Amino acid sequence: MGRAPRVGSELSLGDRLHGCKVRWGWGRYDYTVVPGLYALGRPDAGSPVLVTANYKLSFDALRRELKGHNLWLLSLDTNGINVWCAAGKRTFGSETLARAVRSSELAKLVKHRTLILPQLGAPGVSAHLVKRLTGFTVVWGPLRSADLPAFLAAGGRARPAMRRVEFPLRQRAALAPMELMPALKYALPLAALMVAGSWLLAAGGRWGPGLFMAGALLWAAVSGAVAGPLLLPWLPGRAFSAKGLGLGMLAAAIYLAVWPAPPLPAWAAFFLILAVCSFLVMNFTGSSTYTSLSGVRKEMRRYMPWQALGAALALGLWFWALAG
Amino acid sequence: MRPLYLHGVSTLVLDPEKCLGCGSCLPVCPHQILYLANGRIACSERDACMECGACAMNCPVGAVAVEAGVGCAAAVLASAFRRGESGCC
Repeated sequence: MGRAPRVGSELSLGDRLHGCKVRWGWGRYDYTVVPGLYALGRPDAGSPVLVTANYKLSFDALRRELKGHNLWLLSLDTNGINVWCAAGKRTFGSETLARAVRSSELAKLVKHRTLILPQLGAPGVSAHLVKRLTGFTVVWGPLRSADLPAFLAAGGRARPAMRRVEFPLRQRAALAPMELMPALKYALPLAALMVAGSWLLAAGGRWGPGLFMAGALLWAAVSGAVAGPLLLPWLPGRAFSAKGLGLGMLAAAIYLAVWPAPPLPAWAAFFLILAVCSFLVMNFTGSSTYTSLSGVRKEMRRYMPWQALGAALALGLWFWALAG
Repeated sequence: MRPLYLHGVSTLVLDPEKCLGCGSCLPVCPHQILYLANGRIACSERDACMECGACAMNCPVGAVAVEAGVGCAAAVLASAFRRGESGCC
């Protein structure tokens, strides 16, 4: 079995450090393995073939869960995107899979004609089309790689719970850094601008009004991007924008309790926090496991005008406060 | 408890007349809302459908249809501004 590179189940310190790094958005779109066939352990012609993407975070999770197994891993070229998102864009797709099966000469390497695919690859892969294109039968593996050992032990059968996607606190917490970093990318420069702006505009070069508003913006960014994902199921409403509004009221109440201000800047901060929280939690739809495109479009049409109004109101009141 | 998104927005359309009862769509649904009723496709909770399109993709006879897409506000915004690549994933 010469051509397929052999990989192990042990993640090196480097793998783990890089894994942490990409979870914070650093080098995330360039974290790939070379697509193609890999040997995990010492597979032979009868060993199962598991298909995955070429996002190294996914690939590493897969080989880590399969410790002690001997099998083939076929990594499709998804441009370093995870299976579910790549399936949504059809880069994890029937044709890509068929090409990979051909170029790896899998039919010569194994005696069986079965490919085990991650269930979340199904939005991009049509099992009957793959059968026609390659002669291989697609078996849908479990949704989470952690369930693979049990799935394989059961002869390729998944218990119902292995097929249902969930969104537990641990997963939402793991996603929060990727909400926070992009949010801060906009919030930090804007906050700096507010401090500088108020120093210039307010008579006597006062720092206070600028710091108060910049603090409100950063507090809103952290609340929306971190507390939003963590508290998601307990926030009232179904639309994520509505959940963000509820969160914003709570966040604004806390902010104004900690940093009391005269009515004008207080209302400015209130509306700013509401608008930013609503927008940021709305943005979490893309990371969630249960929002539909039709639903997202509907809530964006309904809530984005209010978010824009809130932000405009906040800036207007704040300028008024500065001028006054 | 299953988290539910907006009520009554899913574009999922089932055609039990066309359905062969092969069950290809059943395992791929990430919310496990499809089942066979008397050998024909049925849905237990439409509001749990996230329009991922896995069922339609894997129906050999077109008995399941859905306007598939990714429910991602950042991607909707990005495509509105024609930036090509989405902000998701």
